[in-house]
Amino acid sequence: MSSDLFPPADTPSPADNSRRSFLKQSGGILGLALAPPLVSQAERLTAYSKVVAGTTEFTLRVNGQARTVRAEPRVTLLDALRERLDLTGTKKGCDHGQCGACTVHIDGQRTLACLSLAVMQQGKEITTIEGLAQGTELHPMQAAFIKHDGFQCGYCTPGQIMSGVACVREGHADTDDQAREWMSGNLCRCGAYPNILAAVREVAGQPSKG
Amino acid sequence: MNDFSYTQAASAKEATGRLKDQAQAAYIAGGTTLLDLMKANLQEHPQLVDINLLPFKGIEQTKDGLRIGALERMSVVGEHPLVVQAFPAISQSLLLAASPQLRNMASIGGNILQRTRCGYFRDAAFPCNKRVPGSGCPAQTGDNHNLAILGVSDSCIANSYPGDLSVALAAFDAVLTLENAKGKQRRVPLTEFYLLPGTTPQKETVLEPGELIVAVTIPTAAHTQRSTYLKVRERSSYAYALASAAVGLDVQAGTIRAARVALGGVGAQPWRSREAEQALVGQPATDATFRAAAAAALRGAQPREHNRYKVELAQNTLVRALQQVAAG
Repeated sequence: MSSDLFPPADTPSPADNSRRSFLKQSGGILGLALAPPLVSQAERLTAYSKVVAGTTEFTLRVNGQARTVRAEPRVTLLDALRERLDLTGTKKGCDHGQCGACTVHIDGQRTLACLSLAVMQQGKEITTIEGLAQGTELHPMQAAFIKHDGFQCGYCTPGQIMSGVACVREGHADTDDQAREWMSGNLCRCGAYPNILAAVREVAGQPSKG
Repeated sequence: MNDFSYTQAASAKEATGRLKDQAQAAYIAGGTTLLDLMKANLQEHPQLVDINLLPFKGIEQTKDGLRIGALERMSVVGEHPLVVQAFPAISQSLLLAASPQLRNMASIGGNILQRTRCGYFRDAAFPCNKRVPGSGCPAQTGDNHNLAILGVSDSCIANSYPGDLSVALAAFDAVLTLENAKGKQRRVPLTEFYLLPGTTPQKETVLEPGELIVAVTIPTAAHTQRSTYLKVRERSSYAYALASAAVGLDVQAGTIRAARVALGGVGAQPWRSREAEQALVGQPATDATFRAAAAAALRGAQPREHNRYKVELAQNTLVRALQQVAAG
């Protein structure tokens, strides 16, 4: 059994029976729970000290819901979303971190799902394009993309929108040039950039000068 | 991507202890380089040890200078007030690199360890001395338009580190703190961390199997505050450098008292140019001085057929960076 979870059998009993020395010597789970708060409890308890090999079951929080995933450690968050959870809004473009089509938010930060392992996202809040609207009410960025025709084929659009939402929230869409630079991780082969820029700038509060 | 086992470690001791086979296993932090290479079957690891819980965090002024934990993310460091104010070139090198998404993910340690974008290295159908020692280097006579011209060898002309941060770190005398599997720490100047290809291009750094990058420390000086990072690319954003320059100057009454120069995109490793620095120190901060320094920096260049343009491009990049810093 894992020595991380249980103290060795020959661990001597605490001499003074105080709570402090009990905690100290019991180590393992208690020690872990009381370790310096470098990380959230959720992160620590899900995967810590366990070797994950082959297909296992774990929980991801996606769009506010706890979802069970059965997958090998090598399965990316992108494949877990699309192939295991039927959330196909997040697109697979290059699968190598070069196009931005797979952009999702992890704990509020825009992130590439293709270069993230699903198993490493336990305890984190994942938001995909499916989680943006409030019921039938579109997110302002979604509405702005429709208004400004911010797409042609639409394949890059979920990534553009997720990136755009984060870009505005980060305060990186205050000028056209700044928005262009901070949206540059999302490629559009149709070349809808002027309209994408117009949508992002409108949500940021100032219409694009084109 | 071949399958692997995954485990999380909460301390350096635990991380190194969890490696079943130090030479085969890999640490994972942001994963942006590692998973890309594993997907392309350029690296294969039976075990990944997640080091994100290790306490290699923090951005703080110490008596030795600015200390950045190796697990801090590029986006956080690039916009941190201490870095923006006292080390503008380092902030710029981070914010001009990759994309916002990748910068949110990639750690400082992982950035330092990123690998070449040479097309022959990245395509397993080709021979490559870096990937398969002794197999050959088709880049010597092939498509070498974006490969290195300084520090190259007949075995390899890759820019082994294609990124930006380490160029700025090389310029400003950064020192890496490393910790090995026995818990022993050592400090290595960044300029001695990378290895030139010579006849062994597969050996890229002095990092030993199982060893971790703990932190990077950059001494504070007048020339770090008055600094810039200028990057020239094939498109205006989200691309690797064709040529770049990290420059810092301490100019007093028109005379250069101290200078730091490193070039990116042109060297087999982040290219600190002490030749350029010698040509600058004690001289007036004029275009003539800057051109002389740029000529000195590229004097040893060994271009191939398709990257000759880099000799002039790198010089112009350096001159413009020096002009910007001198004017600022």
